[in-house]
Amino acid sequence: MQPGIPVLLLILIALAPLYGSGYIVTLFTYFILYMVLSVSWTIFSGSTGYISLASAAFYGVGVYAAAMFGERMPFIFVILIGGIASFILAFIVGAITLRLRGIYFAMFTFGLVVLMKEVIHYWEITIEGTRGHFVIFQSNETIFYYLLGIFIVTMIVAYIIRKSRYGLALASIGENEEAAGHTGINVTMVKVITFAISAIFMGAAGAVMATKFTYIDPGVAFNPMMSFSPALMSIFGGMGSIYGPVVGAVVFSYLQEWLMTGSLKSYYMLIFGAILVATIIYLPSGVTGLIQNLWRRIRGAKSAPTRG
Amino acid sequence: MEQFLNIFLGGLFIGGIYSLVSMGLSLQYGVAKVLNIAHGEFLMIGAFATYWLQEIGFNPLLTVVVVGPVLFLVGFLLYRTVFTSIRLRSAHPGIYESNSLLAAFGIYFIVQNIGILIWGTTPHSYTYLNTSISVGGALFTQNRIVAAAFAVVIGIAFYLFLTNTRTGKAIRAAAQDPSTAGLMGVNIDFVLALCFGFGAAMAGVAGSLISICYSLSTSMGLGYTVIAIVVVTLGGLGSIPGSFIGGFVLGIIGSGVSYWQPGLTVASYYVIFIILLLVRPKGIMGKQ
Repeated sequence: MQPGIPVLLLILIALAPLYGSGYIVTLFTYFILYMVLSVSWTIFSGSTGYISLASAAFYGVGVYAAAMFGERMPFIFVILIGGIASFILAFIVGAITLRLRGIYFAMFTFGLVVLMKEVIHYWEITIEGTRGHFVIFQSNETIFYYLLGIFIVTMIVAYIIRKSRYGLALASIGENEEAAGHTGINVTMVKVITFAISAIFMGAAGAVMATKFTYIDPGVAFNPMMSFSPALMSIFGGMGSIYGPVVGAVVFSYLQEWLMTGSLKSYYMLIFGAILVATIIYLPSGVTGLIQNLWRRIRGAKSAPTRG
Repeated sequence: MEQFLNIFLGGLFIGGIYSLVSMGLSLQYGVAKVLNIAHGEFLMIGAFATYWLQEIGFNPLLTVVVVGPVLFLVGFLLYRTVFTSIRLRSAHPGIYESNSLLAAFGIYFIVQNIGILIWGTTPHSYTYLNTSISVGGALFTQNRIVAAAFAVVIGIAFYLFLTNTRTGKAIRAAAQDPSTAGLMGVNIDFVLALCFGFGAAMAGVAGSLISICYSLSTSMGLGYTVIAIVVVTLGGLGSIPGSFIGGFVLGIIGSGVSYWQPGLTVASYYVIFIILLLVRPKGIMGKQ
């Protein structure tokens, strides 16, 4: 894709607080949040094929970083702490689990979210005698621009990784891990570092979003949906290109905004599940993959590759 | 002594249910290679089906005769429609496993929210055989003992089915090596769907038995799924006896932890899971 169109779109989005209503700014804030989560999820899981369900854990670490340090230091440092804390957590978890088979890794990361929620809940109730924390308030515009900044950094990092030798190593791990190891790639090291890098953005995004809630508890911070959503959005959008997860994020956060309010929540979750199953069966390369295939066919290529 | 009996026997009784749930997951994950995160949702459906049937006058224990076969059919068809096509499309087993895990998450959302739309989010309960009897000074309601006994009988019956019938042999062959079993004339798509169906039936029956002793809610499923995953890892992948014994082990551990610190029960399951994965990923009775 030409760089012109995305940059133009980005400028349009960035100027939203100037022309849009408060509702538009909030809506765009959620778009950008899910874009950050999906793109950073794809950095690791998209290329290696290891399904991480730990996004909610890293996001939650960011949320708690904001709750603990929000009053004591400038906002930008709080965001950095959120990112760094997530990096460290991901590094430790990755070092322990990324030698395991992919399916165990998925389970382990999912359990991590549950464990952190339970342990912090227990800690708050029995040791601190409280439930949840207050977070210092930030205006909607501040949240919007900080998230946008994180999104731009995420996209740049995702792009650099994809185009570098490092990205090539990741892709070869995804294709065949054993063969990748034989070509001299330090497989475990590459996986652990990438996993940790992808966690930075989730933690940073969590630290920013926490200020929107003003009051947080383990249930809000470690919501398992924050693990599933990025995975579904990325798979739906397609992980063959850097724009796939962005497309998926916009579609689902709009759907969520539309259906999550009020009593329709169960319908959203039902549709969410049905689309997840249908995408995996019928659209393995996602919407962007489908469009690319169709485009190739229209241009008259003899055969359209099935995997992007 | 009474306290010890309370914890130990209480753990054994709930452990019988865990065994049944876990044997079901062991079939789905150990043989059909679908880490079915929606396993507990079939349990929830079974529990609510029994609740419905006893409302219109059936004996709750007899509802398993209906719940089992119906959920078997649901599981069987689900495998044939969703997971067979994922298996045939996947380039290698790793992709099949992660894609079917994600599809199972989709099914989890679908089934749970259908449940919420029908039964809402408030807990339901009914009473059946709730008079207490004393075992060496420790008091237990009859329903818990009966439910555990039913679970154990079904578990043993299924084990005998696996070891003594031709179909059971085909399932065990598929567990060891699906592609070779296929070459030996085992209809692998059929056998894997059969395993998935049996798994769903066991979850459903376990749900019926749970509804006899505990209150039920539409969000009850995931907790049992987590327990089943820990038990299957504990007992060894694909080992039915391992899951059976593992269920009791986890039941007793869980009973002890919830006596000491109720808030940490779920966390303790996860800690056991972590330690197992790091120290002995093949489980206590695993062969691989």
